[in-house]
Amino acid sequence: MKVFLMYKDRDFNLDSPLCELSENTAYDLELDTIFKAMSEEDEFFYKVSKKAVLESLVDVDTILYRQDILKDCIKNEDIVKKLYEIAVESIEFEKKAYFWFFNKYPESVLHSSVRLMEMFTETLNNLKNLAVENKDKFSSEGFKRFFEMVETELSDEYFALIKKHLKNLEFRGGILISAELGSGNRGKNYILRELKEENRSLVERIFSKRKDSYLITIHERDEAGAKALGELRNRGINSVANAVFKSAKHILNFFEILKTEVAFYLAAINLYKKLQSLNEQICFPVPLKKETRRLVFEGLYDVCLALTLNKKVVDNSLDTKDKSISLFIITGANHGGKSTFLRSVGLAKLMMQCGMFVAASSFSSNINSSIFTHYKRKEDVEMESGKFDEEMRRMSLIVDKLKKDSLILFNESFASTNEIEGSEVSKQIVSALMEYNTEMFFVTHMYKFAGDFYERGLNNVMFLRAERKDDGSRTYKIEEGKPLKTSHGKDIYLKVFK
Amino acid sequence: MIFQSILFKEEEGFNPNQQEPEFFEDLNLNLIVDEITKTKEAYDLKPFFYYSLKNIENITYRQKILKDIEQKDVFGALKEFESAMNYIRGGLQKTEKLSCKYQKERWFLDSVDLYCASVVKLHSSLSESSLNSEGLLSFKAYLESYIASDKFKEMLEHTKVLRQGLDEVKYTLFIKENKIRVENYKNEKDYGKTILEVFERFRQFDVEDFKAEFHNLEYANHIEIEILKCVAQLNRALFDDLERYCSTYENFMDTHIKKFDREVQFYLSYLEYIKPLEDLQLRFCYPQTVQSKDDIQNQEGFDMALGYKLAKEDRAVVSNDFYLKGKERIIIVTGPNQGGKTTFARAFGQIHFLASLGLKVPGSKAKLLLFDNIFTHFEKEESIQTLIGKLENDLVRIKDILQKATDRSIIIMNEIFSSTSLHDALFLAQQVLNEIIKIDSLCVFVTFLDALTELSDKIVSMTSTVRDDDVSLRTYKIKRRQADGIAYAISIAKKHGLTYECLVDRLKRD
Repeated sequence: MKVFLMYKDRDFNLDSPLCELSENTAYDLELDTIFKAMSEEDEFFYKVSKKAVLESLVDVDTILYRQDILKDCIKNEDIVKKLYEIAVESIEFEKKAYFWFFNKYPESVLHSSVRLMEMFTETLNNLKNLAVENKDKFSSEGFKRFFEMVETELSDEYFALIKKHLKNLEFRGGILISAELGSGNRGKNYILRELKEENRSLVERIFSKRKDSYLITIHERDEAGAKALGELRNRGINSVANAVFKSAKHILNFFEILKTEVAFYLAAINLYKKLQSLNEQICFPVPLKKETRRLVFEGLYDVCLALTLNKKVVDNSLDTKDKSISLFIITGANHGGKSTFLRSVGLAKLMMQCGMFVAASSFSSNINSSIFTHYKRKEDVEMESGKFDEEMRRMSLIVDKLKKDSLILFNESFASTNEIEGSEVSKQIVSALMEYNTEMFFVTHMYKFAGDFYERGLNNVMFLRAERKDDGSRTYKIEEGKPLKTSHGKDIYLKVFK
Repeated sequence: MIFQSILFKEEEGFNPNQQEPEFFEDLNLNLIVDEITKTKEAYDLKPFFYYSLKNIENITYRQKILKDIEQKDVFGALKEFESAMNYIRGGLQKTEKLSCKYQKERWFLDSVDLYCASVVKLHSSLSESSLNSEGLLSFKAYLESYIASDKFKEMLEHTKVLRQGLDEVKYTLFIKENKIRVENYKNEKDYGKTILEVFERFRQFDVEDFKAEFHNLEYANHIEIEILKCVAQLNRALFDDLERYCSTYENFMDTHIKKFDREVQFYLSYLEYIKPLEDLQLRFCYPQTVQSKDDIQNQEGFDMALGYKLAKEDRAVVSNDFYLKGKERIIIVTGPNQGGKTTFARAFGQIHFLASLGLKVPGSKAKLLLFDNIFTHFEKEESIQTLIGKLENDLVRIKDILQKATDRSIIIMNEIFSSTSLHDALFLAQQVLNEIIKIDSLCVFVTFLDALTELSDKIVSMTSTVRDDDVSLRTYKIKRRQADGIAYAISIAKKHGLTYECLVDRLKRD
């Protein structure tokens, strides 16, 4: 019984390590804001959201698979919540039972495991009923498969079989253990065996004299003997206690995975509702193969900014048409919305690639094999020389992990040395990465770098600029436009010092 | 040749109760040998490490054996044999206390079984490896004839039959209330498997076992013994055979093999000791040992006791060269304190001594004197004697050394007379050196008296320099100076592999 609500053919693994650079990405794009909105203070939701968003999918099929499931969830929110509660309730049982597993003494492991199994039987029954009652309300491939599976696997006959075995495990008729001779001729490989019917009869008959059979009776005052017998019993039960324990664990793991995978969709619904309340648009994006270069969107806005300001924010539109752009160089006024724009692109890509909706009225783009960020770090207090070294070090780590068709978002990178040197280094890096099919967005003040690229007139480079009206005020809109020689720092200076 | 010993080709004056040589402490050789033999006390290896070989043939005999043992497969085979023999000895010792004869007999059987298997395994491993040393080749030949002997073959076969019989014994215990019924196993089904099958459909991934670990108490309890007796009744013929077997093979271990097991530890323990040093790229080599003093040398040598300590702390070890050509006999070491002078002197002595054991020594290339004795005199700071009393004692001791030393001895003097007045010290040192020159010993003389180096053309001078503690930092600084202003950013980019050329190269991966 596999959950498979995140992938068609495998489980979503909450604990596998992320790429070590994903913490940088999360930091640079301020993903914490989104994770918080998704989790609504629930630590588990936070963890699931973070993992799912940062572990980008790299195939279009799975993205669409999740989109469909998410659409089902938005439509049937209450039923999905019930499903989640069944999983949570089952896991709680184990937590309570956990106190019984404080030692590995087989008798107590067996007892606790059987108790746990009895409780699981109930929640499994609830799960089955939920499936039978609601399966028709779901249309996604993922949920249809899930509900069908639950209905078939958890038949009435199966529940009866479970009941029979749980009763057998009380061992009313005594136990039969097999053993072999180990080192020093002491018994080893104690294994509990199934009792034949004849053994279930009266004690007197069982122990009546017969051929090739020897009898040991422990005297009632032989305390050491009774203790030794108890230990022998435990050795015998050990293997079967382990089997019941493992079986209970299997069921528990099923519920754990169910809980994790459903949590992602419930977290997405949280964000969805939050954005709706701000009157913001959302849409399900159209993902394209990673080898293509295409970006077209309308009304794209920065989710983090909207969530932080708690209101509707400025949006942008763009269409690369048939140009196959692989480098976007973004220049223009300080505080003109460059960083916000860069973040909105990064967030849209990440949200699309985890199967969620996107913060725009329409969005379509190629997916990327991975998404990196290289941002100027403001908090660096080292000497200038150390700062540039640190920037280089971070860049080198990205190159280590880089695969073809990755996305890198640069925000005022390599500017911690003078402009001539910074431009030269930027040019070399960007040129080499373009040859490696890397998609890049580069926000920069370095006119030498941006201008030189503009002069080269490459047809896979697009120049975007933060707009400024003639009166010097800002629209915070980003439009196509060539780099201009002056930055607008003077404006801000004047504004501050007037 | 009949195999005798893996340590001596020719009889020498080796005494099994060999005592620690006097110079051991000054040269820190005691630290080295203590560490080498630390976990091997049962083998009583120290006497071997105290005894300098007098005979070049024996040195060569050992060097060749050590070279063979250095081969990974040979080393592995000998270690495996060592641990098997240890296990056997331990097991036999423990079982002496057992009261149940069925248990004792089984332990004995398993010990013989392991012994036979280990001997056969050792022989086949040695046959598969390319041995060049006379010592190991003749030991291998000995093993071959031993294994081929009827006595061994019979023992092996009997062991096998019994083992198989006992391994096949399978019985059941039916337990209810205070009764146990013991019977032969009749293919009853494993109930744990049945349970796992029933719940298999829920399996998401494998989960770890949650089984109690039953630690067998040292000895079986009386119920276990009762059960064992019943099992023996169920398998009477088998257990009768086991009893006969035990009396037949009471003394199963061959005396030559026993002796080899001990002596080969000399090589194994040394190789284990130097491994961490070799792992740090420190060099070791097989020295040429010579009678003549015209050309004595060692390259990239180091103080092994210090090296071992530093290696453990993950710190760098500095190596040094020395050589004495033609008339040169005496190295006078001067220079700033804490500069490694004493370490150098110790290394000189250690390297010579280790060569005399027939071992490989610190260094990449070595030609060393086959000495008749080593004499050391190290100034001890913590002496509580009065200065005059101390000087007198020192001189008595030095006189003793000068009387015993020959033209094939090595003398190492460290900071003697350092608590005397400069004028006196110079005078005394000159006298001592003149004596040593006359005797024509090899000598390392560590001193603060610069003037001594001019005394004779038999003397060479070496000086220590104060080194920065962190060598890598210093190298780094030099590099930093080379980078000039304009190319600075590009050179940093280059350092990180981020120039255009570097990147194109790095990204040639798919």
